[in-house]
Amino acid sequence: MFANYLAGRIAQLGIVLLLVSVAVFSIMHALPGDPVQLMLSGAESGSVTPERQEQLREEMGLNDPLHVQYGRFLRGAVTADLGTSVRLRQPVLDLILDRLGSTLALSLGGILFAVIIGVTTGVMAALKQGSWIDGFSRVLAYAGVSLPLFWLGLLLILVFAFWLPWFPPAGSAGLRSLVLPSLSLGLLSAGVIARLTRASLLEVLVEDYVRAAWAKGLPRRIVYLRHALRNAFLPVLTILGLQFGAMLAGAVVTETVFSRPGLGRLVVSAILWKDYPLVQGIVLFMATAYVLVNLLVDLLAAWLDPRIRDATPA
Amino acid sequence: MTVAGRTLTPGFIAGSCILAGWVLLAIFAALGSPHDPLVTVSGAREAPSAEFWFGTDRLGRDVFSRVIYGARVSLILGFISVAIGSVLGSALGLVSGYYRGAVDTVLMRIVDAMLAFPGILLALVVIAALGPSITNVMVAVGVSTIPRYARLVRGTVLTVREQEYIDAARLLGVPDLRIILRHVLPNTAIPLLVLSTLEFGHAISVGAGLSFLGLGAQPPTPEWGLMVAVGRDVLGRAWWISTFPGLAIFTVVMATNLLGDSLQEMLDPRLKGR
Repeated sequence: MFANYLAGRIAQLGIVLLLVSVAVFSIMHALPGDPVQLMLSGAESGSVTPERQEQLREEMGLNDPLHVQYGRFLRGAVTADLGTSVRLRQPVLDLILDRLGSTLALSLGGILFAVIIGVTTGVMAALKQGSWIDGFSRVLAYAGVSLPLFWLGLLLILVFAFWLPWFPPAGSAGLRSLVLPSLSLGLLSAGVIARLTRASLLEVLVEDYVRAAWAKGLPRRIVYLRHALRNAFLPVLTILGLQFGAMLAGAVVTETVFSRPGLGRLVVSAILWKDYPLVQGIVLFMATAYVLVNLLVDLLAAWLDPRIRDATPA
Repeated sequence: MTVAGRTLTPGFIAGSCILAGWVLLAIFAALGSPHDPLVTVSGAREAPSAEFWFGTDRLGRDVFSRVIYGARVSLILGFISVAIGSVLGSALGLVSGYYRGAVDTVLMRIVDAMLAFPGILLALVVIAALGPSITNVMVAVGVSTIPRYARLVRGTVLTVREQEYIDAARLLGVPDLRIILRHVLPNTAIPLLVLSTLEFGHAISVGAGLSFLGLGAQPPTPEWGLMVAVGRDVLGRAWWISTFPGLAIFTVVMATNLLGDSLQEMLDPRLKGR
């Protein structure tokens, strides 16, 4: 059964990635505007002769029919060849792998903060409904969807780097520099996780098996931790995959706020440089990473929960 | 308080008051702002005072006046993005849900693929293709919300089209387009209103974020995200330049979220918790 589920999900993944590649490719190529013109529309535009422009177009393969260009792009992507950055003149994949570690550290730090703050708040809110911590979980959820990430980051810098000089305001040297950016990312997701943990735990607490556990006279700690929380955590696990996407998206902003090198900052630079192969490569890479992480999370959830495992994928 | 038989929640009242305040400030920006937002009126980076409530920026411009004028840019961005997303998304959703079959399968696969990666990536791709500007940010943010509208409208249409009055209309020979516009579309109004309200705030936040990155509004436009970005470099010396425009974004987005959630609660209890 699990093999069926796995096969279904992997087929789904293939379709999604294919469509993502078509979307990225067609938006970049089918829109009006000539990449070469755009690329050169900086200071150097006057100094480039039409012949040189034509030569560039030929070099970049822009004179071939669209489907040929897409075929080349896709073949490259599959064989891990994402082309060469126009601006930095290095293979796009090398540039991505160079900065991957930094972005990954940031995202994991963000997830860590989100889970610690979110799950703790959520569990306490569920166990003490109507208390101040329940109210706090609501505020956290509202703040999470309403606070602009870049502003939250700047507020953290202002308070914890300038007013209280505990952490460096920017840069990527050492673990200390990771705290504030991860915290700003984590805070945004903590609210969602807290509310979900709360709702899910409340749902589980009235289940028969929890009542049975109480009836057996098990201590509170065992009932909550072993019987209730373990089951309540499944929906939370699923949303963690989606939150990873929020981390990737957030990295685009946060890396700029904290002047950290990373994929997010690179993609913004690439857009400003009009470096198409680089933009294409990074977006495709990030989308793939996001889809893969979600697949892994879903598989993990299915492995943990026979109800999903034995159902056919939608 | 009750209006038309519905109890107005505190969130609804708070959200709509804050939002109405911002709309009025945006419309009457010239009356409400003490100074010209584009002109140097004082020394650079002066701290907030009785004369300059939010201080002055690097060029000695009044931050308070710039925040008020910034409301125009952000509110317009919200409206345009929501208009693009809701019109195109609803059209896709209507067609997909009404005709079902192969059309539905193809359209929804595309929508799923669009939903399968973070919306900001989609917005970034659109901006990369069109070039950085505030107009392109409106388009990019609007386009990135299309799949959410399409999903929502399709879901509603799928249930509506099973109703007997739709069958009746079809039997009477009413053309498809007329059935869709007259009988199906009105049913999607409430979920659309709720989603649009939430997306309005979201669009303002994402749009400001893109401007913060340098991909949207360009100087000297008084735009909130751009103002936060400019203040970032002098945060330690002049905290007010970034803080107040950010606070403005926060209040608008918070207000729309309160309003959206309350609308959902008031108009359609079934949607609660989605």
